[in-house]
Amino acid sequence: MSNKINESMSLAKPEGNNLNVTQKVAVTLGVVGLLIFALAIFNINFSNKTWFLSVSIGLIAFGTILFAKDAYLTKLEGIKNDGVWFKSISSRGILGWVTGVILTSFYIILYFYPQYLGLSSNGESNTGLISLFDPLSNLLSGNPASQWFVYGTLYTLAILVFGYKFMLKYRHNRYEQLRTASVMFFQLGFAFLIPEFMSRLNTSPDYNLPYYDLKSMWPLNYYLFDNWSINGLLSSGSLGLIMLLFGVVSIFVISPILTYKYGKRWYCSWVCGCGALAETAGDSFRQLSSKKLSAWKLERWLIHTVLVFSVIMTTAIIYTYLGSDPTKFWITRSVFLLSVGVFLTVMFTVVMLFKRHELGKDARYGAIGFFIVIASFFVMHYTSTTNEIFLIKSSSLRSAYGLYIGSIFSGVIGTGFYPILGNRVWCRFGCPMAAVLGFQQRMFSKFRITTNGGQCISCGNCSTYCEMGIDVRAYAQKGENIVRSSCVGCGVCSAVCPRGVLKLENDTMKGRINSNEILLGNDPNLMDLLNN
Amino acid sequence: MEHIVIIGNGISGVTAARHIRKLSDKKITIVSAETDYFFSRTALMYVYMGHMKFEHTQPYENWFWEKNNIQLKKGFAKNIDTNSKMLHFAAGDILNYDKLIIATGSKSNKFGWPGQDLKGVMGMYHKQDLENLERFAPNNKVCKRAVIVGGGLIGIELAEMLNSRNIPVTFLVRESSFWNGVLPEGESNMINRHIKNHHIDLRLSTNLKEIVSDENGKVKSVIIEETGEEILCDVVGLTAGVTPNIDFIKDSNIETGKGVKVNTFLETNIKDVYAIGDCAEQHEAIDQRRPIEAVWYTGRMMGESVAQTICGNKTPYKPGHWFNSAKFLDIEYQTYGWVFAQPRDNEAHFHWKHEDDTKCITVGYNKTSNEFLGINTFGIRMRHEIFDRWLTEKRDVDYIMNHLPKANFDPEFYKHYEKDILKAYNNQL
Repeated sequence: MSNKINESMSLAKPEGNNLNVTQKVAVTLGVVGLLIFALAIFNINFSNKTWFLSVSIGLIAFGTILFAKDAYLTKLEGIKNDGVWFKSISSRGILGWVTGVILTSFYIILYFYPQYLGLSSNGESNTGLISLFDPLSNLLSGNPASQWFVYGTLYTLAILVFGYKFMLKYRHNRYEQLRTASVMFFQLGFAFLIPEFMSRLNTSPDYNLPYYDLKSMWPLNYYLFDNWSINGLLSSGSLGLIMLLFGVVSIFVISPILTYKYGKRWYCSWVCGCGALAETAGDSFRQLSSKKLSAWKLERWLIHTVLVFSVIMTTAIIYTYLGSDPTKFWITRSVFLLSVGVFLTVMFTVVMLFKRHELGKDARYGAIGFFIVIASFFVMHYTSTTNEIFLIKSSSLRSAYGLYIGSIFSGVIGTGFYPILGNRVWCRFGCPMAAVLGFQQRMFSKFRITTNGGQCISCGNCSTYCEMGIDVRAYAQKGENIVRSSCVGCGVCSAVCPRGVLKLENDTMKGRINSNEILLGNDPNLMDLLNN
Repeated sequence: MEHIVIIGNGISGVTAARHIRKLSDKKITIVSAETDYFFSRTALMYVYMGHMKFEHTQPYENWFWEKNNIQLKKGFAKNIDTNSKMLHFAAGDILNYDKLIIATGSKSNKFGWPGQDLKGVMGMYHKQDLENLERFAPNNKVCKRAVIVGGGLIGIELAEMLNSRNIPVTFLVRESSFWNGVLPEGESNMINRHIKNHHIDLRLSTNLKEIVSDENGKVKSVIIEETGEEILCDVVGLTAGVTPNIDFIKDSNIETGKGVKVNTFLETNIKDVYAIGDCAEQHEAIDQRRPIEAVWYTGRMMGESVAQTICGNKTPYKPGHWFNSAKFLDIEYQTYGWVFAQPRDNEAHFHWKHEDDTKCITVGYNKTSNEFLGINTFGIRMRHEIFDRWLTEKRDVDYIMNHLPKANFDPEFYKHYEKDILKAYNNQL
């Protein structure tokens, strides 16, 4: 039997479900809104840019909202996954592929050819799509738009309108509603508005603030410790210093505490901007993530490799920065390098001493392997005569990271491939921040997904709709709690479970990971036999 | 090496195979005529509804079986020769066994209705039923109306399936209220209303008289017993319960009743032949359970028990406290302990229903001792572990009502109703 069993033979009508009149109107409005952007890309110079920009954003927002209302509010509250695997857009059909190609191309143009979007050079005024956004940029920051402003605006718009759609879809589920409201708030306020307002401060000579999304922590925010960023912050008075300190405190103090209490979900599905887009605009693609064991293996190697890359790159950047003027900072190059080395060694030793039994064999080998790689870089540094740290120029490391990880992995593949690989490709395979938080979640957190005794019927809804590709069912059908580094705590497995088997919760660390089969209702003697 | 042959690759047979493999290196062969690989039968509905692809219903990846050295054989077992320990297949080939586990599950009941074997008439149990439904009810152009006969768990699931493709459904239920042989009145009535809210044409106290054929041997309509009304339809779903799928065993020496007769060790009357899951019938019912239990987790437990017995730790099938769950369209249902449709002698029910008509609970207790007997809960998730413990500890009903928040399993930030429930409980005293 074919997997797409509902496929009609008609070319004109590949899907079983028709749009009704309201939905057709909604789609038309949204497409007209997008058409204005398309015209702007082709350099149509609209006479009244404020008006055209408002109309196009308004039409896109209104169209999506109208569509969502009709799709969800006309039905009773409940799980709304009917036809997900029949719809072209959500089952890698032609609409899915087209969307994937368009998104990927958009990212390539955005990162590598912004002039095609109308970005000016040599101080001339913008043209094309970017000039369409000049009025809004002027309103917020007083500056003309850049490609990043256009991107930021569209990104925020997508999170807001699809967030609204998601809230309607889950209107019976307060967990989903609250965390969606939360990502909408953090995106609009922290990622979009506050940085724009901050750049208004830069009109005063006392300030030279870089773009800084306060909720975006290192190592996700890999440019926090770049020369321009640190210079900007340090030359912006006490505000800049506070922001830099906040960035450091975030990753070393705030984040571990919150992750201990609530799991990495406090960040990944309540605050993070990448997570926000994945959970809202990307929600229709969550079922596309691979649940194969091989995908999980790839994930573990890839994400930790990116983390190691990011640690080495950042260490090199800061090392080089400190070198530029030895009298300027209280911390010297060698003190810095030594403290990084001590920190990593202590962390590695503590985990190997106290948590070794909680790690799988390949995780232990992986940890040892990565530790040896990092350690050998340090050894090479101290034994070699070269001035370059880790043999490579820190600036080449930085630009390689920016290109391959920052742009290609997180942007082009991470978002462009939503309709093909699922909505959390970056978060699952690449994000170094997710690796750090996931490590904490697996080792030192109260968070788990509890399995409800023996109620699981192995139906597979939980695994299918896990955007991180976790085979939730494999745990649930054995009565095990789910404690996985990659779980972002979106709560959808719990929502789609037809038998009330899964609950995300924070409880004591004790007994959190039970690898025994604890299936309630069984005879206790049988349970003893099963576990021995 | 001892060869264990398991007929049936459902939850019971596959659980038995997995545990035998854990405990031993015996040769294991699983026989199935239905599918190549184990899948979750309970999830078939989600494939038709487009929530999942068929491959998602398979809990193990395809390489799992070879890696664990479990042989899979596709074939229809035709009869069992217990004297020479040989299994004969419909295709003519044979398989020798040292020990045989029968785990063939159920088939849909047919009560001899005229027209019950027409094209377009089907149960909803096997993968082939799903393929049939896909053929006769791909959309609401091909299937302008479907009639479902039998108001149980599979009936309401089939109604939900058809509803997801906007196919109008007429739902014939023999009882005066949905599933009221199992559910107490208040719950059953709430589900009646919920079914109607989904625009399903629910006909209570209505029996099927006959299914009428068109000129091509395909269903054209059904006739209602009580009124003689003819309802035009393209699909008829027969969901009036299931019965053990053991026709091929009737000619063998293995003792059968409705199912394959087994003792608590799941042994049949023939040495080295066992039966587990839906197709097994206990000589004596265990606790207040039925002799035949067509429930997911009991199949799993029987598979676990029989694996121990076969590998030398002779273990009886001893299920603990009764529990179960289901979902009626958008309303989840869980039950722990015993709550019967009608309170039995010396029993009483406390019933609470939320005003939104999608949540309710019924608590059963002993009127003289006040011992808590069981709870049915709709639209509120409860913790299995807690109720299992409370039943073992034989807590009284007041304790349960006052500690209900401990048992709540709803997602975080959900509204809680324990205070309302306790207030209602205290008021009725």
